[in-house]
Amino acid sequence: MNALKINTDLTRRILVEFIRNEVERVGFSNVVLGLSGGIDSAVSAFLAAEALSPEHVWAILMPYKSSSPQSIADAEEVVKSTGIHATLIEITPMIDAYFARYPDASRLRRGNKMARERMTILYDHSSLYRALVLGTSNKTELLLGYGTIFGDMASSINPIGDLYKTQIWQLAEGLGVPKRIIEKKPSADLWTGQTDEEELGFTYEDVDTLLYYMVDRRYSREELIDLGFKDTFVDRVRKMVVSSQYKRRLPVIAKVSYRTIDRDFRYARDWET
Amino acid sequence: MKFSVALAQISPTLGNLEKNMEKCARIIEQAIRDRIDLLVFPELTLTGYFIKDIVASVAITLDSPILQRLLDYSKRISIVIGAVEETPDFKFYNAAFYLEGGKILHIHRKVYLPTYGLFDEHRYLAAGNKIRAFDTRFGRVGILICEDLWHPTAVAITALDGAHYLIGISCSPGRGIEASDRLGSSITWERLNRTYAQVYSLYVLYCNRTGFEDGINFWGGSEIISPSGEQVIKALYIQEDFIHTTLNDRAIRRERIITPLIRDEQLHLTIQELERIYRERFED
Repeated sequence: MNALKINTDLTRRILVEFIRNEVERVGFSNVVLGLSGGIDSAVSAFLAAEALSPEHVWAILMPYKSSSPQSIADAEEVVKSTGIHATLIEITPMIDAYFARYPDASRLRRGNKMARERMTILYDHSSLYRALVLGTSNKTELLLGYGTIFGDMASSINPIGDLYKTQIWQLAEGLGVPKRIIEKKPSADLWTGQTDEEELGFTYEDVDTLLYYMVDRRYSREELIDLGFKDTFVDRVRKMVVSSQYKRRLPVIAKVSYRTIDRDFRYARDWET
Repeated sequence: MKFSVALAQISPTLGNLEKNMEKCARIIEQAIRDRIDLLVFPELTLTGYFIKDIVASVAITLDSPILQRLLDYSKRISIVIGAVEETPDFKFYNAAFYLEGGKILHIHRKVYLPTYGLFDEHRYLAAGNKIRAFDTRFGRVGILICEDLWHPTAVAITALDGAHYLIGISCSPGRGIEASDRLGSSITWERLNRTYAQVYSLYVLYCNRTGFEDGINFWGGSEIISPSGEQVIKALYIQEDFIHTTLNDRAIRRERIITPLIRDEQLHLTIQELERIYRERFED
């Protein structure tokens, strides 16, 4: 069952054109992105460097004191191999200053706050460099809601949001992303030793295959079980997708007029560009 | 008869009629200099594809200056161009204009408006209700727009109405990335174009657009397929292109001698069975 196999040359070509087109049509020539040392932001950085040339790509490395030093080393490796600009901004002072008020704050609150701190830094640099914020969320995490709304999920354009994690791995190979980054276990790096797959309780390979049949091929619950997926797995993943729907939509507006934004006021974002 | 034809695989600007007209004008003038006889643009050339609520503000009427300008050009080159047509009773159609000798020889109004998945055309546009071939200085031509071509019945009508040249224009969104070096959407289109050309022994002139709208890519890959189902010319994928060649209706003649499928069509039988099917399955 290799439904998730992609032609990486063709994918790369479309995504590179996408970045160039969506950046230039609004009168920009630069992008800024958060570079974590993980594969998603590495792939986005490689694509952007190819689309706009490295001098138009600004990477911001934003570690917290608990971030693994290896992550920073990997991010630096991406900067070196692409030739893009890089700035290091530690978010420890901002995060610690805030949580001094809430010393007992949960990991979830801290993780979300860090993601949103990084978002504000990226958008500040968007203004500083006249650069669009390049998104680095993949389809798997967007569908599962495994990200922070208005945090790492915030961006202006996202080249990789329609690719599952296992497809990102393939694309990374094609782009020449350093091997170490492709091979290491995916992690949000919010605390030491954290890995996505351990936290989620399933592997990307399994959930990507399930999501592919569930979302892309529109298999029903029964048909998914017939394919060999466990009913508990199917139900759990479906619930994650449904309950995170709000993260993938604009805020809900109470309708009172005849023409409400996005309801009956409908224009493409690329209107007249 | 021999004539030269070109496909202008362009990326229009969404909702900017004037800018798109200027772009077309430059291409038309160049094509005139290059002695092109027939120039084909993609679906909704003058407006872009995901027009949604823009529809009314980018529509053209039969007396609009833009159309007049195109008609003036058509005295020197035959043109197929896509636009939103506004009728006197204020309906808006996804239309293709065939302009020749300063006249509108034909308007095809898209019959099948896809309104599913990523498409929402019927929400914003009226559906056409005619499929006709028509006579041009090159012979008999039929025009269909994008989704129309996914209904083989529309193609059958065009072919049986005597078309020697089937002009298909589209804004086909690129999707379906798999292991192949072609997108799912291009594989399907290329299969359709070859099949129609071969089974109806006619030339298929397929002009698709390129560019992006809200992250959706249009994959290009415009092509001309000969009456034997062979590719005559092919445009690039994903980026703008301009391709041209010379066509000769002798190729249609040869194919119809070798495989006289059109001659052997049993139209009466088809009508009889379709009427029966309509009575039995479609009438309330």
